[in-house]
Amino acid sequence: MPRPADFPPPFDPEAFVTVPADPEDERIEVGVLVVGAGPAGLACAIRFGQLLQEHPEVADGLGEVPLAVVEKGKHPGSHLVSGMIVKPGPLRDLFAGRVAIEDMPGYGPVPAESVYILTKTRALPIPPPPPMRNHGNMIFSSARLGRWLGEQAEEAGAMLLTETAAHSLLVDDGAVVGIRTGDKGRGPNGEQLRNAEAGSDIVARVTVLAEGTQGHLTGVALDHFGLRSDHPQVWELAVKEVWRVARPLDRVIHTMGWPLRTSARYREFGGSFIYPMGRDMVTIGMVVGLDYRDPALSVHDLLQELKTHPKIRPLFEGGERLEWGAKTIPSGGFHALPKKLHAPGLLLCGDGPGMVNIPTLKGFHYAVESGRLAAETAFASITAGAPLGSFDDAVRSSFIWKDLYEVRDMRSVFGRGFFLGGVFSSAMTVSKGRVRIGRMPTEPDDAQPLLHTDRAARYPASDGVLTFDKLSSVFASGNKTRDDQPDHIVLTERVAPEVAQLWMNMCPAQVYEAGPLGDDGLVTVETAPSNCVQCGAISARGGRLTPPEGGSGPEYSLT
Amino acid sequence: MSTLVFVEHQGDQVARGSLGVLGKAADLGGEVGAVMVGGTEVKALAADLGRHGAAVVHVAEDDSFVPALPQPRVDVLAHVVRAHGYDTVLFSNSVLAADVAGGLAARLDAGLNWDLVDIAPGDGSIIGKRLALGDSLLVEVGWRTSPRLALFRPGSFEPVGRDGQARVETVSVELEDHSRAARVVEHRVEADSGPSLESAEVVVTGGMGLGGPEHLSLAEDLAGVLGGVVGATRAVVYAGWAPHSAQVGQTGKTVSPKLYVALGVSGAVQHKVGMQSSQTIVAINSDPRAPIFEFCDLAVVGDVHEVVPRLVELLRARTSG
Amino acid sequence: MKVVACVKCVPEGRARLDPSSMRLEREGAAEINAFDLFAVEEAIRIKESNGAEVVVVSVGPGPAEEALRSALALGADRAVLVNDASAAGSDMVATARILAKALEREGADLVLFGQQTSDGGGAVLWAAVADLLRLPVVSQTTSLELADRSVRAVRQSEGGDDVVEAPLPAVVAVTDAINELRYASLKGKMAAKKKPLDALALSDLGLGPDDAGARGSRTDVLRISGPPSRPDAFRIEEPDRAPQVIVDFLAERQLV
Repeated sequence: MPRPADFPPPFDPEAFVTVPADPEDERIEVGVLVVGAGPAGLACAIRFGQLLQEHPEVADGLGEVPLAVVEKGKHPGSHLVSGMIVKPGPLRDLFAGRVAIEDMPGYGPVPAESVYILTKTRALPIPPPPPMRNHGNMIFSSARLGRWLGEQAEEAGAMLLTETAAHSLLVDDGAVVGIRTGDKGRGPNGEQLRNAEAGSDIVARVTVLAEGTQGHLTGVALDHFGLRSDHPQVWELAVKEVWRVARPLDRVIHTMGWPLRTSARYREFGGSFIYPMGRDMVTIGMVVGLDYRDPALSVHDLLQELKTHPKIRPLFEGGERLEWGAKTIPSGGFHALPKKLHAPGLLLCGDGPGMVNIPTLKGFHYAVESGRLAAETAFASITAGAPLGSFDDAVRSSFIWKDLYEVRDMRSVFGRGFFLGGVFSSAMTVSKGRVRIGRMPTEPDDAQPLLHTDRAARYPASDGVLTFDKLSSVFASGNKTRDDQPDHIVLTERVAPEVAQLWMNMCPAQVYEAGPLGDDGLVTVETAPSNCVQCGAISARGGRLTPPEGGSGPEYSLT
Repeated sequence: MSTLVFVEHQGDQVARGSLGVLGKAADLGGEVGAVMVGGTEVKALAADLGRHGAAVVHVAEDDSFVPALPQPRVDVLAHVVRAHGYDTVLFSNSVLAADVAGGLAARLDAGLNWDLVDIAPGDGSIIGKRLALGDSLLVEVGWRTSPRLALFRPGSFEPVGRDGQARVETVSVELEDHSRAARVVEHRVEADSGPSLESAEVVVTGGMGLGGPEHLSLAEDLAGVLGGVVGATRAVVYAGWAPHSAQVGQTGKTVSPKLYVALGVSGAVQHKVGMQSSQTIVAINSDPRAPIFEFCDLAVVGDVHEVVPRLVELLRARTSG
Repeated sequence: MKVVACVKCVPEGRARLDPSSMRLEREGAAEINAFDLFAVEEAIRIKESNGAEVVVVSVGPGPAEEALRSALALGADRAVLVNDASAAGSDMVATARILAKALEREGADLVLFGQQTSDGGGAVLWAAVADLLRLPVVSQTTSLELADRSVRAVRQSEGGDDVVEAPLPAVVAVTDAINELRYASLKGKMAAKKKPLDALALSDLGLGPDDAGARGSRTDVLRISGPPSRPDAFRIEEPDRAPQVIVDFLAERQLV
């Protein structure tokens, strides 16, 4: 059975490494450049802004724009999708106690929690396993909080440049000196349309990549500087919805089991989350590891199926779906972290290098903390010539490292079957990682052999009230991407039919369609790239996502 | 209640929309007057308005009124409203009527509600009805003061002839300085490149159900015999069967023609938001569960390749026979 | 030469009916109404070819400031926001009154509007503003040429195109066919943060609470209900009969 890895995308990271092309007086010069206005990038900007306010002479020495943040989405938050339950400590620390958690736009502390193992008809409660206990944690919307953090970053003095894609890394004499932004106004064949606007070189003393999952330049940098871990990164795909509901939900809920299949040969690792957002909204999401084997699996459709469960359906009766979103989560954990989090002129933080704790389903607070530490390193580098490697030291001494180390083998254990994995992982958590079961071999997601079933036959038909098809869901993400622009997804176009099937069902936004079977036994994959919500799943399984024209993609506000 | 209706004409034809609104005014009761502004052709047309409900027609005729400029008309209407104490002024929407209504509202410090589809007595006064959110909601609007200005969607009321005589009164108005400032220096009648998608009265859109670029001719033939313009769905444009300029939908053009015919179009929401305000929607699709059947007026479950050629034949026979 | 583009800032989310309040709510940050961007673009083109100061004016609450920055990023020189709580709920004539005062204060040579708003705003506002300012108005303009003290506009209407000449100062409403929007450059976005954005209260314009807001309005939204009856579709599943059924259906509605 063919695998996606048999059809690698024609992607060359070096094509995205270049030297500044604009004449010197047209380059945009900034002090520190942050790529990505998510929690890591904005925490970095906020902290750096604080340091500049404390040391105005440093700000003066950095020119007209001491601190800039580029973001490919329409606003900070437009491309953020998360559950989410956040450990509040790092957010408090970021503002050094000057802003209370209650003043941040959120939905209050976790009121109570339940964990269920689902079968098709029943929900069996189990005591929350230690990683899933959330007492003291807070419920937020990542898009909404991201938006607010953007405002704080601007108040701290950051220049936010939205609708700006980071296209290439500028490397001069072995060191990163900035980025080149993407062109705008190109047609589907790359031709310049009448309102074409070329990208610009932005040069900086320190560049911080905070691009999130499947970050484009992060991937380029990891390859260019040889930083990839020997242990390949792997990903989950999360698809979620936000609903207005008729009755408030009084607890956070996590589920395992149905609709995922528990037999090890399917490799269906994951579960669902259902969180209240205040009294009148609820978010529900399905998270599945992208190493699943069945090309018929569709996480979006599993989410729709999940809502039909007799214990879950009533939560949404009388409600209205407000928003939908999808995004990948890096889940290789500790083993998959890059060899270094820095290179000359460059720092990597947040989900980009993979700072996510999968058993607890949390990464937001690591992103905030790593962004904060990156700001301090950048500041020390600019003012005292401190080496950028001190960022690695700072991260290693932080709780980020400690947490990820503790759960370093948990993800891979689940691949061996739900129940077996459950026993192992509890043992690991309870012993705080001291029960070692050895490193489980982890293959990259695209190397998993495929195993086709008729799973798709059981997905519910969309009724437009409780269950929804992919296209209307893309609409509900706020996606209005301009159609006639170049295709930003790099793929081998002719692939085995099973691989095409895999992509068609995997993609939550219905980007891929399989053409007719050719004499060579292959099909042509046709794409509708303007559906793309930039979740990154394709990059995990045989393709490569690059950023489209700045401003494209979803406009999340509640996810 | 005493209502004044702005009646437009093109050459020697009184606008249908104006006649419809005039009939509605008559149905509302009270005194009904009409106002017509133009050149010497106007008096003859004015007399006929008695058969559509007007008791009196105020006519302002002068060569200087021949160009379709709004501001002199604002002066005329303001004079007529004040001199005769009309409490309600109705318009059928057009480019000219919108400008006149807007200017008159400012001149009289009056309330103007637009895009109305109906009006009825209620709440001790009158209530206007309009649609919102792509015609998915009904909104009732009112006026707090008098006079009340209302601009109706064209075609809201069908003209119905009735018995009646109108007396014609000439109006002479001193125009404001600013009303005389703009001049039409040239009038160009539309060359036969036809209307654009957005202004077409009939749009025939082809979707992936056509099956191939060679079948776009089905949409072209049907558009031709209906006097319409061809549109395309995003998928069809992606497939290279039609140019992006023909795309109807969220990331293409928004249209609201009198008649929208969708051939082999599934009706995804991205398409729907670009055409859902069309007055009449006919959809032909071989998939009985195509979403487009949820928001059309005539749902035809069938193969476009079978239905459309025969439909074109029948329509051609009507126009020629 | 001063060109002023009047823009409406609207929430960027899709409007939805709130079932508890039965009001149309649109959430999200403010952005410039899509059609008004063509007016801004035209103003900037005039600045590039003729030299002019371009000012963008809007009436609305505070969040509109960020939206106006985007106009500054495109190339406008200055923005003015009339931000006064008493102006909330202004209907068309009240809004026109506020705009007219702001435009008088600016002393514009040419005032540009976009052709309508995306949330059902009718194509009437500029005619009202022009009447209050006692200036000539040309709407539905698909092409615009500036001469020394006059403007020549091609105005599109049902009966064809009129070429209209008017002396400056004048009010012109442009359609989306008049030009093609540009992207804001990075340098433009950066410069925008420093360009002047004045916030005015009604009193700065010599207006009081009776001139605007609910007290200054002459129309009301009474209630919202829906959906209105688009009657259930007439459905036919026999392809043989279908063509005649369609013809009869169209004939009944006088569409053929």
